[in-house]
Amino acid sequence: MALAPEEPELVQLLTPEGELVEHPDYRVDFSDEELRGLYRDLALVRRIDAEATALQRQGELGIWASLLGQEAAQIGSGRAMGPNDHVFPTYREHGVAWCRGVDPLNLLGLFRGVDMGGWDPEEHHFHLYTIVIGAQTLHAVGYAMGLQRDGMVGDGGPELTGAAVAYFGDGATSQGDVNEAFIWASVFQAPVVFFCQNNQWAISEPLERQTRIPLYQRASGFGFPGVRVDGNDVLATYAVTQAALARAREGSGPTFIEAYTYRMGAHTTSDDPTRYRIAAEVEAWKLKDPIERLRSFLIRTGKADQDWFEALEEESNQLAKHIRAGCLDMPDPSPMTMFDHVYVDPHKPLANQREQFAAYLASFESTSEEHS
Amino acid sequence: MSGQTTTLAKAITMGLRAAMERDSKVVLMGEDIGKLGGVFRVTDGLQKDFGEDRVIDTPLSESGILGTAIGMALRGYRPVCEIQFDGFVFPAFDQIVCQLAKMHARSKGHSRLPIVVRIPFGGGIGAVEHHSESPEAYFAHTAGLRVVACSNPVDAYWMIQQAVASDDPVIFFEPKRRYWEKAELDTSAGPPAEALDQARVVREGADITVAAYGPMVKVCMDAASAAAEDGTSIEVLDLRSLSPLDMDTVVASVRRTHRLVVVHEAPVTLGMGAEIAAQVTESCFHHLEAPVLRVGGFDTPYPPSRIEEEYLPDLDRVLDAVDRSLAY
Repeated sequence: MALAPEEPELVQLLTPEGELVEHPDYRVDFSDEELRGLYRDLALVRRIDAEATALQRQGELGIWASLLGQEAAQIGSGRAMGPNDHVFPTYREHGVAWCRGVDPLNLLGLFRGVDMGGWDPEEHHFHLYTIVIGAQTLHAVGYAMGLQRDGMVGDGGPELTGAAVAYFGDGATSQGDVNEAFIWASVFQAPVVFFCQNNQWAISEPLERQTRIPLYQRASGFGFPGVRVDGNDVLATYAVTQAALARAREGSGPTFIEAYTYRMGAHTTSDDPTRYRIAAEVEAWKLKDPIERLRSFLIRTGKADQDWFEALEEESNQLAKHIRAGCLDMPDPSPMTMFDHVYVDPHKPLANQREQFAAYLASFESTSEEHS
Repeated sequence: MSGQTTTLAKAITMGLRAAMERDSKVVLMGEDIGKLGGVFRVTDGLQKDFGEDRVIDTPLSESGILGTAIGMALRGYRPVCEIQFDGFVFPAFDQIVCQLAKMHARSKGHSRLPIVVRIPFGGGIGAVEHHSESPEAYFAHTAGLRVVACSNPVDAYWMIQQAVASDDPVIFFEPKRRYWEKAELDTSAGPPAEALDQARVVREGADITVAAYGPMVKVCMDAASAAAEDGTSIEVLDLRSLSPLDMDTVVASVRRTHRLVVVHEAPVTLGMGAEIAAQVTESCFHHLEAPVLRVGGFDTPYPPSRIEEEYLPDLDRVLDAVDRSLAY
């Protein structure tokens, strides 16, 4: 299995050892404060993920899809977006959700089973999670076609123009919808960024089951550029996404970004990766951890000191408390809410069904009163 | 504009045009719908008048049409998608059933998808396979969708506009073998009294009710005329809406006639007739003088066109069921 850091096509700005490296096409220009901000994002979304995994193990969530190992791919791309960019995520984009201001508790609702996504997609420019693999990539393209028609493409900069960002994984590249999305985006030159987190595994199937060529190379067959970036390098991911977004917003069409990363944990809490992959592979990727390399860099260059890291640890603990308490306090919805919002204009047969079910439920209340 | 003789296909063209003039967010999407005007010419002339940004010739991918329509709707547009033939809708099935139908509920009402999916359906035109299907029950089985079928030019003109105006997704079935049938359409007369989700008594009768939709309404009307000559008075219902079903109208009719036959081209097993029979049995069991009978396609693949007339319910099969009900 290729572990790739020395691959020449891989865009990298921060090595696994925490050294800055130059790239001819991509660069970032962050202040110290912004660099600490990126570290904070990475650390906090990893903490959210750890808390959610623990809550699942304690029976508070039905399932959780961990982002462990993919923090840099998500924070780098998420922080590169402007106010008019709109995200179409899978079910693992907890880090992107964080960047778009979605309360982590809203993510937990889906996995706890109290709703199917509790946030307003338009408020956060962050669409609902999509479970059916790849379906959201077409939604992103359609949204981008809407942006074109709204005059939101051109040279107005991020404040006046926008793009759609479709997130998906390596497994999704085998889906018809994803390939259709590539075609539509290409022929209509839609302002879309296809952000593929190649985490090497689609549940138990390795990348080799999905492709014979590096994924980013597929883009050329569809007629737009593809780039492979070190998905564990938050700086490179940011730079590559920023460039692709700028290209999309100005009307030059889609870009395929393959964020080369690794799913450090199981597919979900229901999965057992020991059945299909070897521990040595995981150990090798641990050396390329997305958070450790930025930590090394910040410490060695003196951009963050021990006090700052301790303060962040305290903030992380407070966030964990917020998540735990919020999750445990999350009430089950009333059974009657299943009838809500099925239609914008509810129709009579469904209203009748709702009434009958309410009466059925009420019949138990009156029975228990009689017995009391 | 006062009355003019119009085909059903042309009436939909006129309805789409009116909807597009009314709301600049209405866009049409589909294969060959631009210069060609669609394989049935339903969108004839619309791209010329409204431009390529509003009448979008799409790549040849049905899931792509529905998936991108959902994205455009999330951006505030009202896409009207054309699926070229009934048998071609299945590549888009996930986008319709898992995405389109559920988005409003999943988002707790935040995201609306006012999308119309136009599907020419049914047989009788001598087509090759996959061009004569009646897939309506799949969609009527799915919460979150509205499913309608027009049967005549006047309804076609108004129902397509009502579908476009609906804030819920609408699967709009067009009876392709009736595309060329004509009627007097007076657009100034205003829409029919029935809402989009209401059935209509199209012929009053006393002895038995026959309920149909789409292409079978005409067959049932012809059957009623023939039966009248023999002294049998058939009441014919045009269901118009398949989800929701207007059971009030059906049940009221059955309470008058005490007998019901449901007719559709789709296979009878688990078809619309099965659901209607179940609901009529629940609602007015004691009014029934005979079991509810179904006339429909067989539980076979749609046959080769040289024998499709044997598969499709016709006047004789409708009257056979009427006779069996009356003799019960």
